[in-house]
Amino acid sequence: MEVGQMQRQWVDYTKSLFLEGLLDGQFLQLQQLQDESNPDFVVEVVSLFFDDSEKLLNDITRALEQPSVDFKKIGAHVHQFKGSSSSVGAQRVKNGCIAFRNFCEEQNIDGCVRCLQQLKQEYYLVKNKLKTLFAMEQQIVAAGGSIPMLEISF
Amino acid sequence: MESGFASSSKGFMENVDQPHVLAVDDSDIDRKLIEKLLKNFSCKVTTAENGPMALEFLGLGDHQNHSNISKVNLVITDYCMPGMTGYELLKKIKESSVMKEVPVVIMSSENIPNRINKCLEEGAQMFMLKPIKQSDIKQLRCHLMNCRS
Repeated sequence: MEVGQMQRQWVDYTKSLFLEGLLDGQFLQLQQLQDESNPDFVVEVVSLFFDDSEKLLNDITRALEQPSVDFKKIGAHVHQFKGSSSSVGAQRVKNGCIAFRNFCEEQNIDGCVRCLQQLKQEYYLVKNKLKTLFAMEQQIVAAGGSIPMLEISF
Repeated sequence: MESGFASSSKGFMENVDQPHVLAVDDSDIDRKLIEKLLKNFSCKVTTAENGPMALEFLGLGDHQNHSNISKVNLVITDYCMPGMTGYELLKKIKESSVMKEVPVVIMSSENIPNRINKCLEEGAQMFMLKPIKQSDIKQLRCHLMNCRS
């Protein structure tokens, strides 16, 4: 595949992530911050997000398994997760956290368990999509091309 | 343009080519983001992950060392942090005779009017809603340098 084609595929793929609501404008902000002095900025920030998220999901899972559920602690984890997902533009994960927080406040265990399931699905979905996107970027760069600038307005 | 700004901070960042900003946030992602955002606007950035470490850097910590006061032009801090909140950090800075003139900006992911008013009343220069964008930092620099638009 030649570079131009790879770049067009990258643009289409990225646009689809926005159209499906997986990503929002904040992700564009991250891309705009990337420059020659920080060519791997987006990958670095998103990698931090992956590490933080998996730890948070584990902590929340364990907290919900306790005989006496500490909703305050879970709420704090969810608040953190909401913040980080919002900062990277992972819109559906962020929305999942908002729903989860409501169940925490209501101290509704079943609601929390269902929310956690949903949140895991959304997280792993966006993680896979972003990894695919980054792999495409690596291929473009390896072929001597550059990552296009997106023209999407919100 | 004098409206809305405390006279003590007038021109605080004027004639400063590379303002030194102390950014405080318990989230490593947000620290990385705010650092890049500020650097893109020609700021020199130091980050701290909590209030006590920020105070230490400012020379207001437990080992008060006035001979080592850092020349920070702005403090930008998250509101929600475990231990010392951004509000408590703001208060400590405003209570200090040495650092009280330094503008403090509060960031928060939540748009709670009471929270915002509380911070502004305590002397915060500005309140910014997360996630922070480039346009927010542009506005911040303009605000602190009394831009005439």
